[in-house]
Amino acid sequence: MSLLQVNEVTHSYGNRTFFKWQNRSKKVLSDISFSIEEGTCLGMLGTSGAGKSTLGKVILGLEKPKHGQILFQGHDIYTVDKYTRQKIRRDLQVVFQDSYSAVNPRMTAERIIAEPLENYEKLTLAEQKRTVIELLEKVGLGEKDLKKYPHQFSGGQLQRINIARAVSLKPKLIVLDESVSSLDMVTQTLILELLRELKEDFGLSYFFITHDIKAACMISDTLGVLEKGELIEHYNSKNEFFSSENPVVKEMRGSILAEHPRFRSIRTKSNYI
Amino acid sequence: MGTDKSKVLQVRDLHVQIKAKNGITTLVQDINFELKPGEILGLIGESGCGKTVTSMSILQLLNRKETTIEGSIMLKGQELNGLAEKEMRKIRGKDIAFIMQNPMNAFTPVFTIGHQFVETIRSHTSLNKKQATELAIESMKQVNLPDPGKLLKYYPFQLSGGMLQRVMIAIAASLHPAVIIADEPTTALDVNNQKNVLRHLDKIRSEYGSAILLISHDLGVVSEMADEVAVMQHGKIVEKAGVFQLFDSPKHEYTKKLLNARPTLYLEEPMTNLI
Repeated sequence: MSLLQVNEVTHSYGNRTFFKWQNRSKKVLSDISFSIEEGTCLGMLGTSGAGKSTLGKVILGLEKPKHGQILFQGHDIYTVDKYTRQKIRRDLQVVFQDSYSAVNPRMTAERIIAEPLENYEKLTLAEQKRTVIELLEKVGLGEKDLKKYPHQFSGGQLQRINIARAVSLKPKLIVLDESVSSLDMVTQTLILELLRELKEDFGLSYFFITHDIKAACMISDTLGVLEKGELIEHYNSKNEFFSSENPVVKEMRGSILAEHPRFRSIRTKSNYI
Repeated sequence: MGTDKSKVLQVRDLHVQIKAKNGITTLVQDINFELKPGEILGLIGESGCGKTVTSMSILQLLNRKETTIEGSIMLKGQELNGLAEKEMRKIRGKDIAFIMQNPMNAFTPVFTIGHQFVETIRSHTSLNKKQATELAIESMKQVNLPDPGKLLKYYPFQLSGGMLQRVMIAIAASLHPAVIIADEPTTALDVNNQKNVLRHLDKIRSEYGSAILLISHDLGVVSEMADEVAVMQHGKIVEKAGVFQLFDSPKHEYTKKLLNARPTLYLEEPMTNLI
């Protein structure tokens, strides 16, 4: 049994009036099926407006799809009873793009990370503090950061706190919705490396939503490509992505910026005037 | 200090300090670089290393009460540092164009794009409204914007980020500036739009011979565009070299670290060594 199974999910956003569904609804996801195995990472690529984030929300249980089902460890997350759903919540965590808006500005780092622990684990205060410090150290911060507020951290540090909060309950699956996109390149690589380490340590699975092909390739085992709400390609390895003949994928590959000036395509000759 | 005619912008010993309640903090120091016509200088570094402060001090956009700028900034033989605000206004937009990171915030939401475009052109030239509109349409065509006449009637929120960024490049290019300062021009854009925007920026450069100061944290942008690269760390330029030399044989430790920190694909090699 796969950890997460998405079966023929279709979703649309529409404007509802009091009496009827108007037929102007816009289809954002159509007939999407895939699965994520335990301990693997699925990278979901797509341009803006392709429906990546909606798919993320659907998987998290925040947006009920119009058709289809999401099976998490065999349970349909939209029909299970409250008790099971609470258990699923624990195993299903999320890290968003904007690290500042994902935390409460009036809480210290300690309270931010401890919040899920308070809800699920019955720990004494001392134990809780120890766990929080362990988590902070795991993500490259330390005891000195316990009493700091969000505005005292940089974007990269705050994203680490978000990650610490997400892994605090040792979940099975983390949905990463453009989690590294707003960070600068050095921080991006460090966070991706951290995510990769955590994946090994805890046996995590990721659903990694991004438009950055390089980032996706660094962390993903399998890759999917969304285009206008459809899962047009699903690759089991990165090699398949780079040898694919699909025109959309080809265009995507064409948008990768050169790694070395040798491969530059915009300025082919240096033409001084 | 002699000024070389072939250098369009010369920055010498730039120091920027900020006066705060608890003393004076140095933001950037010992910045030296120069731009020749048609040259692109890439300025790279982590966030917070002083890239934007450098560009702001060239444009004299920093708060004059709180910051002190020392050193010399020569634009075509004219000293910009300490120039009166009134004079500076004539230079900004005309001789030095500025392309900002987030096109959504760079436009006023309450006026149409055409209004802002024509206003920019008319404040620097003696063209009348009709001629200015024609010039606007002409330079929008240059950056491949579809149906420019209609676009001018739109408000900024009606366009996508990539389109707005192209409008911004069109505005910058319309007055044929000697220097374009592009502060992270592609960071806020979708990956698919990045190359387009860069391509247009390069087209402007090759057509009008504008020198470009390209500020970015993305080494991909720099390796695509730059002739020369300056690496900044903690407010200082730690290494400056030609783009090929910098990528092939980085000298400074920090440059090596930066180059190692980029996510790599190894397109030629099999992907197996990535996991």
